[in-house]
Amino acid sequence: MKSKLIALPYIIWMCVFTIIPLGLVVFFALTTEDNEFTLSNLTAMNDYMDVLFRSVGFAVIATIICLVVGFPIALFISRMPKIKQSTMLMIVLLPMWINFLLRTYAWMTILEENGLINRFLGLFGIGPLNLMNNSGAVVLGMVYNYLPFMILPIYSVMTKIDESIVEAAQDLGCSSVNVLRKVTIPLSMPGITTGIISVFVPSVSTFIISRMLGGGTNDLVGDIIESQFLGNSYNPHLGSAMALVLIVLVLLIMSIFNQTSGEEAIV
Amino acid sequence: MKNTIISLRNAVVEYDGVEVLGGINLDIVDKQFVTLLGPSGCGKTTTLRIIGGFANMKSGELYFGDKEISKLPPHKRQVNTVFQKYALFPHLNVYENVAFGLKLQKLPEKEIRSRVQEMLELVNLIGFEKRSVNRLSGGQQQRVAIARALVNRPKVLLLDEPLGALDLKLRKEMQIELKKIQQNLEITFVYVTHDQEEALTMSDTVIVMKDGNIQQIGTPVDIYNEPKNAFVADFIGESNILDGIMHKDRLVEFAGNEFVCVDEGFAPDELVDVVVRPEDIKVVNQGEGMLTGVVENVIFKGVHYEMLVDAAGFKWKIHSTICENVGDLIGMNIEPFDIHIMHKMKED
Repeated sequence: MKSKLIALPYIIWMCVFTIIPLGLVVFFALTTEDNEFTLSNLTAMNDYMDVLFRSVGFAVIATIICLVVGFPIALFISRMPKIKQSTMLMIVLLPMWINFLLRTYAWMTILEENGLINRFLGLFGIGPLNLMNNSGAVVLGMVYNYLPFMILPIYSVMTKIDESIVEAAQDLGCSSVNVLRKVTIPLSMPGITTGIISVFVPSVSTFIISRMLGGGTNDLVGDIIESQFLGNSYNPHLGSAMALVLIVLVLLIMSIFNQTSGEEAIV
Repeated sequence: MKNTIISLRNAVVEYDGVEVLGGINLDIVDKQFVTLLGPSGCGKTTTLRIIGGFANMKSGELYFGDKEISKLPPHKRQVNTVFQKYALFPHLNVYENVAFGLKLQKLPEKEIRSRVQEMLELVNLIGFEKRSVNRLSGGQQQRVAIARALVNRPKVLLLDEPLGALDLKLRKEMQIELKKIQQNLEITFVYVTHDQEEALTMSDTVIVMKDGNIQQIGTPVDIYNEPKNAFVADFIGESNILDGIMHKDRLVEFAGNEFVCVDEGFAPDELVDVVVRPEDIKVVNQGEGMLTGVVENVIFKGVHYEMLVDAAGFKWKIHSTICENVGDLIGMNIEPFDIHIMHKMKED
């Protein structure tokens, strides 16, 4: 009974800011302006399939890059002496102390036509290169912003792997590559799964990054949804339908992913 | 006839500038059960880790047969280790844990299966193949760890306090089982423990260590009966250790009396440590013994009583099957061959 009482503030919070809004999204998605039931909002999604695919595609690419970059960093940090580990973690986390918008603005000043990189290249007579307003810049923005979400969970799982288990693997004939393949990666699977979800979900629904670094030609589903609520094409019913589709899509991908990775972890 | 399989020469190990091994030399004879024994921090585990390849020497050589292998990575050495906390792979079941080394050698599936079966039989774990290692008892996990190491048919098996986490009864059973396995497979076992009884029970050779140095190497009988110094005497079994003066061969003075003993070869009037085992002191009637003392304390220990007796300014520990009363005056006799004379240890 007591534990329920302690949880009460959060339960209220969750109801007001999660459950009720979710209900409203479903309600709006399935009604017209006159509050009549309809599926036309959902079928209208057909026109935006290319945007949806692009969003998922970008998010998948960003997640893969984060994994490929983040896993070795997590491994590297987890094998350092304890004191150095906290310093390295600070460095990983430091960008996250700066506001998300500012971080992304900073990338604009680096990538733009007379930005840092192009000015540097100009010294050698190269460029200016077109670094911004393309899909690469959007993926870069995602990777930069969400990489710590990949590194942290993998790192925290890796520090819990007993050193003697790694030694046992070496003792039984594992080269360092085999230790990684047969012991470290399988035992890091929970962290990898968490990392992938924590990067993929915000990537697939972002709209700021694509707005600022994509230059209007790389709109993602997040941009479209945002414009239905705050933009010129005001239509919260269509926006809700898109949000609903996105939520269902993410849940679907995650559940498929969770199942397969669950099996992998046992191999 | 005795073949040395592993030798350490002047092995020095330092951690953060602190010397952990102070240049030890040791030879391990093939097919023997060798125990590294000492209190924690004596360097016994470090010695084992050098042989396994998990610790680096600052200087010194490690020979396997006649090959120097100190630079060889662990996975290329013909030794396997049973780790202190077993270090089983939590993501693999019992069968996969045991088969781990064989799969790495890319042996045919059929051979792997039969060798794993053979090992599981040896450690009494038939029927547990599919069981997750997280759902095994401590004793069972320990058997898996032994099977996982032995299945690779190493020339030498290293065991780092493998029985430390087991309860007393299970530990005694496993001691006998391990010894049997070692004799049947004719593999060299190098065993680390701080438990002197365990060392005496199982070993062919015991190496007693202290502060990164070897104190004595010998058979269990040698080590118990002829300890080289007061530390070994105190660590192996219980002892009364007294200061004495060796007047001449076979005559020593301690506790205010002169005693006939069997030791020779000391300098005239050399200051020595005198060691007498508690079970070697005979309790006799007051006035009939060489020493007279007051019983201060009696503890019942099952097989015998342990008494603390104050005599000649020293508190004697005595094991006797006859119970005396606290406050009684008793006589004490010590036979010449029960008096062990040792050079004073150089204190550092």
